[in-house]
Amino acid sequence: MDGIHDMGGMHGFGKVEPERDEPVFHAPWEGRTLALNRAMGYTGIWTIDQTRAGIERLPPDVYLSSSYYKKWETRLENMIVELGLAGRDELDAGHALRPGKPLERKLTAADVPNTLSRGSFSRPAQAPARFKAGDKVRTKNIHPATHTRLPRYARGKSGVIEAVRGCHVYPDTVAIGQGENPQWLYTVVFESRELWGDAADPSLKMSIEAFEPYLEAV
Amino acid sequence: MTHEHDDHDHEHGSELSEMQLRVRALETVLAEKGYIDQAALDAIVEAYETKVGPHTGARVVAKAWSDPAFKEALLADASKAVASFGLLNRVGDHLIAVENTPKRHNMIVCTLCSCYPWEVLGLPPVWYKSAPYRSRAVSDPRGVLADFGVKLPAGTDIRVWDSTAETRFIVLPMRPAGTDGWSEERLAMLVTRNSMIGTGLPKDPKEAA
Repeated sequence: MDGIHDMGGMHGFGKVEPERDEPVFHAPWEGRTLALNRAMGYTGIWTIDQTRAGIERLPPDVYLSSSYYKKWETRLENMIVELGLAGRDELDAGHALRPGKPLERKLTAADVPNTLSRGSFSRPAQAPARFKAGDKVRTKNIHPATHTRLPRYARGKSGVIEAVRGCHVYPDTVAIGQGENPQWLYTVVFESRELWGDAADPSLKMSIEAFEPYLEAV
Repeated sequence: MTHEHDDHDHEHGSELSEMQLRVRALETVLAEKGYIDQAALDAIVEAYETKVGPHTGARVVAKAWSDPAFKEALLADASKAVASFGLLNRVGDHLIAVENTPKRHNMIVCTLCSCYPWEVLGLPPVWYKSAPYRSRAVSDPRGVLADFGVKLPAGTDIRVWDSTAETRFIVLPMRPAGTDGWSEERLAMLVTRNSMIGTGLPKDPKEAA
């Protein structure tokens, strides 16, 4: 979706302000929020792309005015209520008022060391890769109202395939419950002037990781 | 002045306690429903506070600086190379190391959310997830570097990698001159988190000595 989350190239957000000696968490609730998201994700009720879509659906004013973990917390509440895992009345009461639903599995402390590494998103190829390194491609000018990983600044742009990264779960379908639908993934490189116009600094190049359905041959 | 400061602290404090209460309520409900085990939450928080962090990435970089065969393996398949190093319990797929050279400086961003190589760098800093970084890294990386006080030598091109899929990137910075004969442990002390994201350079060996 063409949401506020898709920030590449926007103006007006000001300088980057690194924090000196930044703590891992700025308050205990941030760590608990991260852990709650991990533990609920482990139960198998949603995929990583569904959770990203959950953040993207926050209203733009909420997105911009909430800290990172506040967005995670709001998203978690929303998704739990949407899936019928708990009611708003229970979250307001701070206690379960009804029994829980049976879920596939539950994260224990003993499982935690093995869940700190990321899962694999590679899947067997459904068809041969359409492109190879060195091929010229153009990204499609698409504007789906649902989750996509093709950023706005890189739509309808000409670039070159730099690497073929294997066949991966396709976020655009898995996020809307239409299956993993594995697709080839490529690193596509663009000249800065292709993205930002003739005034752009020619010593810059940008790349995105693009799924095959985002690309057409030139 | 003092008054303003007090007000600020008060606002900050009340927002935190509101969130603290909200998260506690959520955690209680999910635990009572039987979905989560609170001991697992403790273990996750503890791991990110004490175990997972950029010290791992720094050891990987220092090894690549010291061992040409490891460097080659790292650039060919970083997931495999880091796993073989044995620093981590397990390494997820799709980790990619990109090498800085005198001609090219690499910088990592996720314009769409906050994708970051957690296993080797820990949790991303707030600035990495912020609108200023995500918006400008792809259009004005030299301006972003200036915000970090970094000016690259003339003639250095910049390549920005937007992490738009499940591939994750780590920058292999250039080994600082004047470190001949240094041990991997000593070299690792020069490798900053930001040098592995591309918003910084390794520490000057003279200052770190």
